[in-house]
Amino acid sequence: MPVAIFYDAESRTVLAELSGDIDHCSAASLRAPVDEEVMKRLPLRLMLDFENVPFMDSSGIGLIIGRSKLITDLGGSLIVVNPKPEVRRIMELAGVGRLCSIVFNEHRTLIGGMKI
Amino acid sequence: MKENVLNRMTLRFPGLPDNERFARLAVSGFIAPLDPAVDELGEIKTAVSEAVTNCIVHAYRGTVGEITLTVRLLEDSRVYISVKDKGCGIPDIAKAREPMFTTAPEEERAGLGFAIMESFTDRLRVTSRPGSGTTVTMLRTLRRGRQTNGG
Ligand SMILES: Nc1ncnc2c1ncn2[C@@H]1O[C@H](COP(=O)(O)OP(=O)(O)OP(=O)(O)O)[C@@H](O)[C@H]1O
Ligand SMILES: [Mg+2]
Repeated sequence: MPVAIFYDAESRTVLAELSGDIDHCSAASLRAPVDEEVMKRLPLRLMLDFENVPFMDSSGIGLIIGRSKLITDLGGSLIVVNPKPEVRRIMELAGVGRLCSIVFNEHRTLIGGMKI
Repeated sequence: MKENVLNRMTLRFPGLPDNERFARLAVSGFIAPLDPAVDELGEIKTAVSEAVTNCIVHAYRGTVGEITLTVRLLEDSRVYISVKDKGCGIPDIAKAREPMFTTAPEEERAGLGFAIMESFTDRLRVTSRPGSGTTVTMLRTLRRGRQTNGG
């Protein structure tokens, strides 16, 4: 399963844990369930967790830009969580940090019952 | 200049999305004896992924055509990679190579493929003829000293 999605009603946050390589082949199957959840919940925050993404190319950048547009149009914000060094490198190259905050939390704590 | 080729391989495969991953794994397996560092391997895989994806989404838009991937290991830990298609070709290569230029914005393409290939390799050359296809060649020198046969 390439994406697991959680919703925390208290903080109005959708968390999408992505996994596996993100390329043109896998991007569409990640995009659809995330967008569906966002349109259903209309959250204030969309968190994309990259902890289990070992590889990403420009298709992943397109995925992030597209989700950023979607959540920004809804008045919310995008947060990218825990990208690995190789994935981070390409995010930096693409200037993803201008669209969203990139956060690292080694020690996951529980926020509103949600694993973050 | 005649290059001394220490090892080489050529793969021909149809431009199916599943083969993006296959191409990355094939190249990383082939260059493994050079013992590339983790970041070098990641960058080379990304560059290959960009070139192969471009064949699939742009060159053979709406169809599935053949992609030829060639890798040569040259002296002094240099890796030569070429990705060739017989697709639609690129009318204005300089324009296509500009960061953020894309002909497929509605498909969430960022227009960063060439920019990524350029920054993850030491040399990127693009040759193309509209109607007959495109060849992308990349050269990347690995940091490690001389390669040995796996040892
Ligand atoms: N092999 C090819 N055949 C035909 N056109 C190509 C090919 N490769 C690239 N192009 C053209 O060059 C443009 C720029 O390519 P580039 O890889 O930089 O961006 P992109 O593929 O549009 O977006 P991204 O790579 O960020 O997903 C493409 O939009 C396309 O028009
Ligand atoms: Mg591209």
